[in-house]
Amino acid sequence: MFKIIRKRTLAPNITEMRVEAPRVARSAKPGQFVIVRTDAQGERIPLTICDYNPEEGWVTIVTQTVGNSSRKINNLNEGDAFIDFAGPLGRPSDLLDLPEEELKKKKILFVAGGVGTAPVYPQVKWLKEHGVEADVIIGAKTKDIFTYVNEMKKVGNVYLCTDDGSEGFHGMVTGLMKDLIENQGKKYDHCVIIGPMIMMKFAAMATREYGIPTMVSLNALMVDGTGMCGACRVSVDGETRFTCVDGPEFDGHKVDFDEAMRRQNMYREHPKSLAEKENCKCHG
Amino acid sequence: MANKIPRTPVREQAPEVRAANFEEVCFGYNREEALLEASRCLNCPRPRCVEKCPVHVNIPGFISKLAKGEIKEAADIIALDSSLPSVCGRVCPQESQCEGACVLGIKSEPVAIGKLERFVGDWRIEHPELFTPQHPAPNGKKVAIVGSGPAGLACASDLAKEGYEVKIFEALHKTGGVLVYGIPEFRLPKEKIVAKEVEAVSKLGVEIENDVIIGRTMTIDQLMDEEGYDAVFIGSGAGLPRFMGIEGENLNGVFSANEFLTRANLMHAYDDSYDTPIYTGKRVVVVGGGNVAMDAVRTAKRLGADAYIVYRRSEAELPARVEEVHHAKEEGVVFNMLTNPVRILGDEKGWVKGIECVRMELGEPDESGRRSPVAVEGSEFVIDTDVVIMALGTSPNPLIRDTTDGLDTNRRGCIVADEEGHTTRPGVFAGGDAVTGAATVILAMGAGRKAAKAISEYLSEK
Repeated sequence: MFKIIRKRTLAPNITEMRVEAPRVARSAKPGQFVIVRTDAQGERIPLTICDYNPEEGWVTIVTQTVGNSSRKINNLNEGDAFIDFAGPLGRPSDLLDLPEEELKKKKILFVAGGVGTAPVYPQVKWLKEHGVEADVIIGAKTKDIFTYVNEMKKVGNVYLCTDDGSEGFHGMVTGLMKDLIENQGKKYDHCVIIGPMIMMKFAAMATREYGIPTMVSLNALMVDGTGMCGACRVSVDGETRFTCVDGPEFDGHKVDFDEAMRRQNMYREHPKSLAEKENCKCHG
Repeated sequence: MANKIPRTPVREQAPEVRAANFEEVCFGYNREEALLEASRCLNCPRPRCVEKCPVHVNIPGFISKLAKGEIKEAADIIALDSSLPSVCGRVCPQESQCEGACVLGIKSEPVAIGKLERFVGDWRIEHPELFTPQHPAPNGKKVAIVGSGPAGLACASDLAKEGYEVKIFEALHKTGGVLVYGIPEFRLPKEKIVAKEVEAVSKLGVEIENDVIIGRTMTIDQLMDEEGYDAVFIGSGAGLPRFMGIEGENLNGVFSANEFLTRANLMHAYDDSYDTPIYTGKRVVVVGGGNVAMDAVRTAKRLGADAYIVYRRSEAELPARVEEVHHAKEEGVVFNMLTNPVRILGDEKGWVKGIECVRMELGEPDESGRRSPVAVEGSEFVIDTDVVIMALGTSPNPLIRDTTDGLDTNRRGCIVADEEGHTTRPGVFAGGDAVTGAATVILAMGAGRKAAKAISEYLSEK
């Protein structure tokens, strides 16, 4: 059993949980995910790791309620436990492979949308610890649903935007990106985008125009998360890859987003029963 | 004359009934039937059945005890060579092993060795009080087992019986590996049989930790350097599904057999009280002819779909157990032999609507000795379907080989290990599908037991 040692509500329907999982915490790296199960009848739900502490033995996840399984997660309280919390899974962010010298020269932009902000955090934090201060665009529909802004401000240069203009730049992340690059003279040579699939698609189209190499983190459907089922198949540069073992981060300019979005909705079109059912939507 | 008695028929659920439920197909023998069938064994002085058994169970030995009603003694004889009789009695390809070699089979029908093994194994499970495990004095040495499938369970049991401190690390939330995620309930009951076999291993003092993915949560090196294991056995199986690489394979409604079966078996998707969904539509086409293909197609049938097999060779080449093919046919599965998929067709929303196939004919024998199928030009045709399931075999997962220095693998990604399970890393042993590629439960169990012997020798010399 994996005990929830802290629970915070970040926004309506979005909660953060700090979970006691010493083995996962000890091996976790930015970019990886866990698979959790709330109860014996529950699904295996993949969730991106949002923070971790190997000394104290905990891992943080952020979940937005969008259906039955995410509701089950968010209904758990401090002191409750997940029956399963397996990981870390997937490959860590490519940034971790760069030699320190090369990394220090990088001008890195993160683009976070919705609940995708929390999974961006460990990457920005890791970079800060390695002497690199990255720019972070955080986008939301409206200011009330921003998450992880204060945490992010401690580790990176944060730029906010809202669709309704209630805070920060009035517009979408692509608009703010354009403003930073074309009006504020910003130059980037690497970009990481995490958020809803549709946002990643359009943000990656924008960075392609600017010629910025871009990674996106996919939240595909999964069952085991270890390479066994192939539910998470995604086409990258025309090749079939498994999000769970080859990803979750892929070259954003080569991912077939339309296929990925279609596959993500597979069981929404054919839910298990009349009751609202859905698979993981870890970032938005 | 014993061999004048005809082979005792085994009771089964009627096909039309079982095609709509997930209960076990075969009821097995009762005591009376088992004793009668056991009396058919000629107790050959040079038993060919034993030679053909991958782990050389003393078959005439246990059957002659059973014939006398000495079931406990029969169980003890099997236990000398096999740790999973209830499982192997159900899933071994007996027709190409023990029963295929039975002398009685020449003129009439072979002894139903599999069904007798199952009877004895189940009797052992029902009488745990008669099989209290010996707990030898701990010898102070620790062995880690990676994976809780047949190889890992067998290796762990043997080592625990010798006094080793043994811990199994399992990636999934349930213990049993392929016995739990792969083989369906209607062929191998999970609570009644698999859970009991796992329990028996636990009772020997073996500890099991789930949710630990070796290669991710911990590496082999961490097990040895940080967790203090003196040796490691890798029995991580072959879980990586293959696809054909044809057009349309990423359409919605195309699944690997692994995904489909894992949803049904591990996640109980067929049961409404569980959350995991599964989709069949009205018709399911399963591509492949092995046991996994039969499991997938019969699962689809039970979920209410019209279920088709598409296989590129002829019926004689089907690699599945004869019993599974027979059961699938009885249940109404349609077999399309000498048929090979060319591409999968999708509708405007990206869902499967059909599978285009080509007729095949058998040509010259290939390196496997089977006549290789050749496409008949211009014979393309479409089977309308909602779901396509690829059951084309699996290969070992790369997580361990990618994170373990000095552990050699071959070009198929299998860990290189000798007959005894020694890998290219001292102290690291391997066996089962992780070494051979996808094979059978009994071969994996046998490999686990051989490796246990090798580990014991390695650690006593150390």
